[in-house]
Amino acid sequence: MRNKYSLFSLVKNAFSYHENWGKAWKDPEPKKEYDAIIIGGGGHGLATAYYLAKKHDMKNIAVVEKGWIGGGNTGRNTTIIRSNYLWDASAGLYDHALKIWEGLSQELNYNVMFSQRGVMNLAHNLQDVRDLKRRTHANRLNGIDAVYLNTEEVKKFCPIINTSPNIRYPVLGGTLQRRAGTARHDAVAWGYARGSDEMGVDIIQNCEVKGIKRNGDAVEGIETTKGFIKTKKIGVVAAGHSSVIANMAGLKLPLESKPLQALVSEPVKPIIDTVVMSNAVHAYVSQSDKGELVIGAGTDDYVSYSQKGSHDIVEGTLNAILELYPIFSRMRMLRQWGGIVDICPDASPIISKTSIKGLYFNCGWGTGGFKATPGSGDLFAHTIANDEPHKLNAAFNINRFVSGDLVDEHGAAAVAH
Amino acid sequence: MFVINCPYCGEREQSEFKAGGEAHIVRPKQPTELSDDQWAEYLFMRKNIKGVQFERWVHTHGCRKWFNVVRDTSNDLIKAVYKMGEKPPTK
Repeated sequence: MRNKYSLFSLVKNAFSYHENWGKAWKDPEPKKEYDAIIIGGGGHGLATAYYLAKKHDMKNIAVVEKGWIGGGNTGRNTTIIRSNYLWDASAGLYDHALKIWEGLSQELNYNVMFSQRGVMNLAHNLQDVRDLKRRTHANRLNGIDAVYLNTEEVKKFCPIINTSPNIRYPVLGGTLQRRAGTARHDAVAWGYARGSDEMGVDIIQNCEVKGIKRNGDAVEGIETTKGFIKTKKIGVVAAGHSSVIANMAGLKLPLESKPLQALVSEPVKPIIDTVVMSNAVHAYVSQSDKGELVIGAGTDDYVSYSQKGSHDIVEGTLNAILELYPIFSRMRMLRQWGGIVDICPDASPIISKTSIKGLYFNCGWGTGGFKATPGSGDLFAHTIANDEPHKLNAAFNINRFVSGDLVDEHGAAAVAH
Repeated sequence: MFVINCPYCGEREQSEFKAGGEAHIVRPKQPTELSDDQWAEYLFMRKNIKGVQFERWVHTHGCRKWFNVVRDTSNDLIKAVYKMGEKPPTK
């Protein structure tokens, strides 16, 4: 590796006051033609390019990004990673990703700060208790670690939770996945960008796709703000803008793009050493390494590409947070932002070929795509390289909306969508 | 966050309303004769436009009536509001 990061390189660069570190990736102009083009330079897109180059020996590929890499939802999510999904198909998909996360920093030679601090999901009513127990059993049958905790065990695992029976939504129990946790979201994009650049992938930033050129039912290339680029294979990983790209190709997708908000507080000393999510009241919280509380809110119910959300959504989330954690009542929130999430009717993603030859879509991750980044890239790369899905993403094809074979994770995925 | 001009109640906060998705999706006249592809199109496929979109809203915490809104989804600016059954504005 050109610039291998190690203790040695750290010491060496310390002598020049860290002013001579090499660039982690180049900034090339697009070539005339590529074997494959990935539209979207977020985590999923960069991971796709990385695995195409690494596992499928496709080196003449490009990632085109309309802004800067990792500037979209990759840098806007709440960095939670878990695989405790109910259905077999989802469990296979997300646990595949979690297994890659476990060795990702070493593989990329880039510290993605993956921290298996555990994710706890709370139950607030009898139905939640039943659903969470059912999910725990389903997880264990699929080889995914999961335990059910009663109220006392929840309190023991995270002492700042208000477990009083007198609150509006009392904590009746919860589930815990200890292998779950968080990672540094920017580092994931940067690590994959550096890794794929090293193998010869062109990462082209500030290059917006304006059109998809078709010859009959096959793709020929893309029109961009940096001119026409020829290719036979296009992988679209454009998150909230997937439908926009699909419309360029004359396709319609079963997606709606909605604002999803998150916020962080002022930094404080360590107070919560895990991730706690609550489905019923839709509030989840963790603490970043800088000390900020990272709080995720819900989606608005209307389509919007504005990267803003409604105030009442944030208000509702903070109400829930304050009831569950009275200790946070005097915390001040530093920043609030929105991302655009593309939501499928069954709240499961699409990693699939399309009716157009050479056009592939990886979209519909909705509110929870970050956790799947490495697995999504790996499986999408397989789909593009072989022109057929891997067995782990076969269920996530676009035809399920015709056949009716949906992967209905709505609400079953441990968090409300 | 924005304000919606309900055709029955006047201007109210968006939080009083619920969005009902894309407007003018017509329920199939002969459901029994539909192919799977046509059902998928009707049930799931959406234009999901970035730009001016026609959509349905309901004034949940007000008159509880449904109506149509023309809204630019890229900046949430509302272009027009019209009642159910009325023809959509052409510009």
